Amino acid sequence: MTRFLVRRLLTAVLTLFAVSVLSFLMFFGLPRDPVSGMCPKNCNAERLERVREELGLRDPLVEQYANYMKGIVVGRDLGSSQGGRCDAPCLGYSYVNSEAVTDTLTRVLPVTLSIVIPAAILWLVLGVGLGMVSALRRGTVLDRLAIGFSLTGASLQLYFVGAVLLLIFTYNLRITPVPGYTPLFEDPVKWASGLVLAWFSLAFLFSAIYARLSRAQMLETLSEDFVRTARAKGLAKRKVYGRHALRAAITPVVTIAGLDVGSALGGTVITETTFGIQGLGRTAVDAVRAGDLPTIMATVLISAVFIVVANIVVDILYATIDPRVRLR
Amino acid sequence: MGKPEPTSSGVPDDRQSTTAADSTGPYLRVTDLRVRFDTEDGVVRAVDGVSFGVERGRTLGIVGESGSGKSVTSLAVLGLHNAKRTTISGSICLGGRELVGLGEEQIRRLRGRDLAMIFQDPLSALHPYYTVGRQIAEAYRIHHPGASRRAARQRAVDMLDRVGIPQPAKRFDQYPHEFSGGMRQRAMIAMALVNDPALLIADEPTTALDVTVQAQILDLLADLQAEFHSAIILITHDLGVVGQVADDVLVMYGGRAVEHGTAEQVLRRPQHPYTWGLLSSVPTLHGPADADLVPIRGNPPSLIDLPAGCAFHPRCGYAARTGGRSTGEVPELRPTDEPGHLVACHLPAADRVRIRTEETAHVGVQS
Ligand SMILES: Nc1ncnc2c1ncn2[C@@H]1O[C@H](COP(=O)(O)OP(=O)(O)OP(=O)(O)O)[C@@H](O)[C@H]1O
Ligand SMILES: [Mg+2]
Repeated sequence: MTRFLVRRLLTAVLTLFAVSVLSFLMFFGLPRDPVSGMCPKNCNAERLERVREELGLRDPLVEQYANYMKGIVVGRDLGSSQGGRCDAPCLGYSYVNSEAVTDTLTRVLPVTLSIVIPAAILWLVLGVGLGMVSALRRGTVLDRLAIGFSLTGASLQLYFVGAVLLLIFTYNLRITPVPGYTPLFEDPVKWASGLVLAWFSLAFLFSAIYARLSRAQMLETLSEDFVRTARAKGLAKRKVYGRHALRAAITPVVTIAGLDVGSALGGTVITETTFGIQGLGRTAVDAVRAGDLPTIMATVLISAVFIVVANIVVDILYATIDPRVRLR
Repeated sequence: MGKPEPTSSGVPDDRQSTTAADSTGPYLRVTDLRVRFDTEDGVVRAVDGVSFGVERGRTLGIVGESGSGKSVTSLAVLGLHNAKRTTISGSICLGGRELVGLGEEQIRRLRGRDLAMIFQDPLSALHPYYTVGRQIAEAYRIHHPGASRRAARQRAVDMLDRVGIPQPAKRFDQYPHEFSGGMRQRAMIAMALVNDPALLIADEPTTALDVTVQAQILDLLADLQAEFHSAIILITHDLGVVGQVADDVLVMYGGRAVEHGTAEQVLRRPQHPYTWGLLSSVPTLHGPADADLVPIRGNPPSLIDLPAGCAFHPRCGYAARTGGRSTGEVPELRPTDEPGHLVACHLPAADRVRIRTEETAHVGVQS
């Protein structure tokens, strides 16, 4: 286990290194002047020149990259126009947002976490529950309803579902406030009520997928020999399903869920845009629009971190569930 | 798996005498069992009027090609078919109790306690995520709710030991994938026998194993039968295995019984052309070593749309000698001149005996 973790962490670091090199090359290595984009207005030639200087754009690319990495690990000094000293993990300074990128991220990251984690819990419980029930009640009205739900969910788009929910709950029934983000520890009720529509729209779409997936997995598992063995022993159906079938059926679902959550944490652009909440996803899109290189770099890196971590977590979960998988 | 004694075979002599569920009869008596599945393609008549009996201490071999309804029969005895899509009629009488029509909860209490089953592939039949010992202990605790965890563990370890697994206490905590094929099947047997069932159904228990291990498993079953005095139904493709262990043999074709009798009768003096075909497609120790193995021509029939009349007639070399009856009339299972030996064939009895002695002299399995 320890050996597995060490090895996986090393692989993870290597992966992240590769991602950082590639994106750095892509964003900073292109023969295009990144500065003009960062300072669109009120920038005279002299100021542009200073910015170029302070961004280190005159240095060789390798040195620029080394500086960037040094900033992440131990922090570094940016020029006075970039707010001076920048502590680790320093991800550079955004002229567009007029703040250190790390500050932007510490602001928007909790927003995305607040959207994704409760939504993921919802969609897993709803989706897996629905899938299991419809597999066990195969062919009944309930099963048909669940299939209908899955098809609907799979064919709808988030902005549509979001808009409908907004229209009904916020503007017509006035049950929920206009969506927005309040930090959890400031006011939990406001936190939840501001995000609840986002949770349910995400959960609706994802649980449709998960219902279908877990229904198929459960049906497949129910036809397995070991389920028949469990019944032949005289085990009650409830226990056959709960103890024997569910555990096997859920394994692939866990894997996919881990990866889905990982990539959702990298930003839920459409959700954030639909509900007007500034999370990681919108920050990334805004940065791309504004050509805000340091912010783009940082969001790419952080998404990569989420995905790499999700992969490790999935591997560990898998090995916990399935003894045939050895963590070596 | 004692020597065949024709007089005490569980073979019903005629339909009437088998309907009464008398407690003096065989431990399991199946009478006119019919199992039908409603599928999208039509009604599958997987078992169509099969009768047999097994006494405690004796072994019934059920043989037949793939798709002849052997597994469906045994799953019907355990009540494991999906009630919604399966229609079962006839009678399955176990130790004086009628199982057809019994509620799920009542039959569940019998499963694993009075009757148990071993499946073909022990790797897929064991849950991959639970230790072997835990699965055996679970089987014990289902029917001994008062037993403590430790008692169940002890019982499971004892059973593992009894079926010949070395270091049973250590093996208890291992997973199925850590066992070899033969050890896994031993573990399955331990699980099936953990509650001392009076009837054990083994559905091709050795098919997935290599030959030496096969023999060990069969020996083990024979030992355990002698010890626990259980009735065994052994389902197999392998007539050699049947000859080795069965007291009685039931030959199935297209969901129907075509021949039934003691192992001696069915394997040495078979009367049905299908049984001849089965026998000439296996190597024998008696026949000339260079005798060709002749597979039965053609394929097993579709159970949705069985050939009219005798289901075997399209593949039967002697169908022409029945004067058209083989295509028009389903042959009934009728007594031959040997007591307890039944055959469902339109050929006149004298013809059957003559054809067998003339054309299939080398056929026969050591019994
Ligand atoms: N649940 C089911 N629904 C529909 N058809 C079924 C079902 N179970 C079995 N059958 C059909 O019934 C027939 C008999 O199946 P069965 O499993 O009893 O054959 P078998 O004699 O055990 O063959 P094998 O030697 O291959 O195990 C097959 O044609 C099979 O397709
Ligand atoms: Mg079978």
